[in-house]
Amino acid sequence: MINKIVQTMADAMAGIKDGSIVLIGGFGAVGQPNQLIDGLIEQGAKDLVAVANNAGVGHVGLARLMELGRVRKIICSFPRSSDPVVFETLYKAGKIELEITPQGTLAERMRAAGAGVPAFFTATAYGTQLARGKETREIDGRMYVLESAIKGDVALVEAWQADRWGNLTYKLSGRNFNPIMAMASDLAIVQTQHVVELGTLDPDNIHTPGIFVDRVIHIPYGDPKGF
Amino acid sequence: MSQTTADFKPWSRTQMAARAAGDIPEGWYVNLGIGIPTLIADHVPTEKEVVFHSENGILGVGPQPGANEIEPWLVNAGKQYITLRPGGSICHHADSFAMIRGGHLDLCVLGGFQVADNGDLANWATSENDTAPAVGGAMDLAAGAKRLWVLMEHTTKDGKSKLVKTCSYPLTAIGATTRVYTNLAVLDITQKGFVVRDMAPGLTWDTLQARTDAPLHKPE
Repeated sequence: MINKIVQTMADAMAGIKDGSIVLIGGFGAVGQPNQLIDGLIEQGAKDLVAVANNAGVGHVGLARLMELGRVRKIICSFPRSSDPVVFETLYKAGKIELEITPQGTLAERMRAAGAGVPAFFTATAYGTQLARGKETREIDGRMYVLESAIKGDVALVEAWQADRWGNLTYKLSGRNFNPIMAMASDLAIVQTQHVVELGTLDPDNIHTPGIFVDRVIHIPYGDPKGF
Repeated sequence: MSQTTADFKPWSRTQMAARAAGDIPEGWYVNLGIGIPTLIADHVPTEKEVVFHSENGILGVGPQPGANEIEPWLVNAGKQYITLRPGGSICHHADSFAMIRGGHLDLCVLGGFQVADNGDLANWATSENDTAPAVGGAMDLAAGAKRLWVLMEHTTKDGKSKLVKTCSYPLTAIGATTRVYTNLAVLDITQKGFVVRDMAPGLTWDTLQARTDAPLHKPE
């Protein structure tokens, strides 16, 4: 019997190594796996590379992980938020490395990793400072930049519903980066609002098939709050 | 004698947004950037079916929710609560940007720091050495949409032209901008450069040219 559902946060986080590339879902507060981030803080892995759209808000979640000195580098599109104080302090002090990547390129770099595509050409950022040092090529009269895939050692994902095979659904804008991060990682860990019996999710409406998921923990925390 | 500001009436932000909204045909798929461009949606009546896209996987953004209608699981790229109109749909981030990168969006409207007369846009950083610059989806949108309109003030607060021969700020995309709506004029960008389509009431050509750091052209 396949059962990806784990009962404790320690089981969910087991084996995450120092130096891991950790993909963290969410856009704003929606679809953000806050309890898994807290679990990672508790678990203790350090020297991490975090991949997320933003660089944390306030002193919780990803911002807390960074504040504790556990993140060596962040790859994101928008390191600003309503309260980016932790990131800005670390960045100005030279204590965290930043790789800015356009949001769509960030998404595609992970989708590509999940699909076994090591790099791809995109017109995005051609002629800008974000393309500096990257290979470019003219294809059918247009210039493109070569961007490499981002493969995660771990993904932290938030879902709306999950079954024991790891089939997932998401709720509204809670989907965002979560499905592609699950695809792009060796170890996809999911916190889900609802656990349902195998066979009850409509096969036509499963957003992430269980093949992309490794562990599921039930965390019915309710609606996202604040940003 | 150059005109004084008392001699003409610049368009307000609302008027700029309304003007751009009126130029969007029914049936277009449109992404509105954060800032003044978001005002455009207020000027497209619901019965005119324009489908608004938001980078975080939303197609069919509806009117702003009332205080009692907030859905905590539904935000736009600016992280504001939104509604979904009937026919709206949700996808993940890679599909959302496939809509952009794949050339499926008819139009993107962004704000700008500078637009050059060859269509270059600078709208994400004001210095090469910006501490922790934040690009978001601007480069994807500017390079990917079929058309790029920029909605911005014609000059900076200290009177410098934002329409230029060459952008001095870091670029968002090269040669991408197709039209500019400012508080003084509506301009297309063609092979010739800036072609003036409309001017604010009372404004003379010479005054507009004096406030623009690139040559202006009359439509043929």
